[in-house]
Amino acid sequence: MSSFLKLAQADVLDAPRRAFLERSGGLLSASAIALMAGCESLAAKNAMADDGSDARILNTALAAELEAVAAYQLGADSGLLQPATQRLALTFQGHHRAHADLLAATVRKLGGAPAQPKSDYGFPVERLKAQDDVLRFAAQLEKGAVSAYLGAVPVFEDRQLAKAAASILGDEAMHWAVLRHALGEEPVPVAFVA
Amino acid sequence: MPWARSRYPWRSWLEVNAFRIAALTALVSLMMSARVSDASDDVQRGEQIYDRCLACHALERNRTGPKHCGLFGRRAGSVPGFEYSKAMRRSGIVWNEATLDAFLAHPMRAVPGTTMGYAGIESPQERSDLIAYLRSASASAAHCR
Repeated sequence: MSSFLKLAQADVLDAPRRAFLERSGGLLSASAIALMAGCESLAAKNAMADDGSDARILNTALAAELEAVAAYQLGADSGLLQPATQRLALTFQGHHRAHADLLAATVRKLGGAPAQPKSDYGFPVERLKAQDDVLRFAAQLEKGAVSAYLGAVPVFEDRQLAKAAASILGDEAMHWAVLRHALGEEPVPVAFVA
Repeated sequence: MPWARSRYPWRSWLEVNAFRIAALTALVSLMMSARVSDASDDVQRGEQIYDRCLACHALERNRTGPKHCGLFGRRAGSVPGFEYSKAMRRSGIVWNEATLDAFLAHPMRAVPGTTMGYAGIESPQERSDLIAYLRSASASAAHCR
């Protein structure tokens, strides 16, 4: 029996997943939960003509989320952030961790091997000398993430996965806006993101 | 013979056409500077478009995607230390304006199996600007030592 069929026959919320959802509490949006359901709808489609592209897209997103978690840790440990900014950084890091956990679980459900965190991301630490440098670095990552999700949404085979990716996109766009605001820049500079 | 009237016929020709030559020179130089300025505008616009790539790519280091320094003329799937998809390693692509344009238009169609899960850049002008920036920045001494 293919792993997709096994997925289709599994409980909608099996025990580990339920535990994960409970652990994640309010961090998970309805769309994010739908992502998990999306696995089932993908499974229900059988393995028809699936070349694993959804799992690859999710894994690429996962690798970027893991880098974001590490980047916020770097910022939090830098000693450059004021307490309120540090709290903000850790909140955003928590969101990225929640995205990463969910993406990893979904990749696994789709039969893939989730990307793992790297031991060294080679961040440009020499350029981070003040709080604004850290904020600008984070804003750049968030802006890139928004574009990456925007580029991924249309290419998912499974529409539920596209919807969940759009939910993450919304969250990361908010991060970008808040970081711009903290930098004294126009928080939302354009009507459309690209 | 008309030039028999002067010992230096080219000199009188220059004198007669001096204004035209000056005007032509000015025009050519204006056109050349406009072209340089156009190229510079392309690179600047391309740099802004490159922001979209920054979730996964950097010029000088491998991230979720491979680094872009040394991109032009490089065989796809060949950056040391970066783990590519089998599809990319076997693509046979060598990166240049044409191959980048085709790939950026729709990565997953150009190289089925690529890990770059991205719809692509629809606008030919945006792709052209991005490629102009990549050509400039991927060979820049400031980023790529």
